[in-house]
Amino acid sequence: MTEFRYLKDVVTLTCDQDKCIGCGMCAVVCPHAVFTIAGKKAQMVRRNLCMECGACMKNCPAGAITVEAGEGCVRGIINELLGIEGPCC
Amino acid sequence: MNSPLTALPMAQPVPEGAGSFCLPSLNQDFVCGHLETPVGKIPKVESILERRDRLGHFRVRWNIGRDTFTVEPGLYALSCPNTDSPVLVTANYKLTFDLLRQALDGFSCWILVLDTKGVNVWCAAGKGTFGTEELVDRIQASRLHEVVKHRRLIVPQLGATGVAAHSVKQYSGFSVHYGPVMLEDLPAYFRNGNKAEPGMRLKQFPLKERFVLIPVEIMQALQQGLPVILFFLLSAGFFGNSSFFNMLIVHGLPPSLAVLSGIIGGTIFTPLLLPWIPGKAFSMKGALCGLLLFLLVLLPLYGADTHYSSLEKSSWLFICLAVSSWFGMAFTGASTFTSLNGVRKEMLIGLPLQFAALTVGTVMWLTALWLST
Repeated sequence: MTEFRYLKDVVTLTCDQDKCIGCGMCAVVCPHAVFTIAGKKAQMVRRNLCMECGACMKNCPAGAITVEAGEGCVRGIINELLGIEGPCC
Repeated sequence: MNSPLTALPMAQPVPEGAGSFCLPSLNQDFVCGHLETPVGKIPKVESILERRDRLGHFRVRWNIGRDTFTVEPGLYALSCPNTDSPVLVTANYKLTFDLLRQALDGFSCWILVLDTKGVNVWCAAGKGTFGTEELVDRIQASRLHEVVKHRRLIVPQLGATGVAAHSVKQYSGFSVHYGPVMLEDLPAYFRNGNKAEPGMRLKQFPLKERFVLIPVEIMQALQQGLPVILFFLLSAGFFGNSSFFNMLIVHGLPPSLAVLSGIIGGTIFTPLLLPWIPGKAFSMKGALCGLLLFLLVLLPLYGADTHYSSLEKSSWLFICLAVSSWFGMAFTGASTFTSLNGVRKEMLIGLPLQFAALTVGTVMWLTALWLST
């Protein structure tokens, strides 16, 4: 199976090692296996594959993960650039 | 009132009637009976899809009536579930609901349909309609506590974008278990003791999935592209020095073909050839597909009997590349691996270039038309 890779070094994903409790929920919900749990802490081993869906942040009970989540939708971004409140797709 | 609902910190005001008892109607054409439960008659559905279901799927794949292809939210019984049967959570897009019940052939379970306004699980989760609040409300509205003895929900993994498992537990008492990404993996997931293999947690984007998206992409592109084509045809017809139809065909047809080639490049070639087209940015991939289409469709016109000026011939290339790059870029919205900030970055570069190319191409073509009169 082809593994797709999008642009490098663009995503806003961060993971605070001090707050992380190593529960592993981020590794469960991530559809691109960005996280693995090593030494009872979540590690962003494939950060460039992150698609900023925000599932990890939403399901992190410790609030250790931040990401500017959103749909990468052209119309939504045009609305944003024009400063219009509008639907995405 | 001291329900869990009042304790939930809402981003928005609670919708009217949220959480008050409500079962889906039995009068929906895919409902094939009902199940008596302590809370009332729960509509029953089967795994077999009817001809009318499949016709509906074909319709929405072509972007016809997609917004209204819904099932009523609430609790459904698939086959003959009992108080121990699993509860699966899904969206009220009928295509999603149908594919879910079809995938569960031979299983009995409860299906809790959230009101996602007819949008699929992943997109609705991104918008927040497939989310913690709606899930907690829907559990309450369906009196799920009285229908099943256990307190477990199987939520699609891609729904995690909108659902916070720990909050659902806190406000409803139900624990969320994330099922596989793809519903086709559900039987294997159940056989495996409700465990998803690592591969079931990955969202891939195989050829088959990219292929089924093409009709919707084409229909949406035509909505934008047809007015542009009309502009070229009519401008050529009205402003030429020869007869309306002669001018329309000789000078109006090539830029129209350029727009069409751009649409085909961006909405058919880009999705199909996605992994093999060089580059990472979709606008780049789209432009390369546009170039290929240009070589196939428009270059042959260079040797036509009609002698086009080099200005006019060049205008077609600009138009074709601008259009295909734009629709290639638009495919990021349907893809499964592009990020918000990635798309934003490529748009900041791509959008001005596409706009410039379309403007330059159009001005060149109008100038050539004016010079030829």
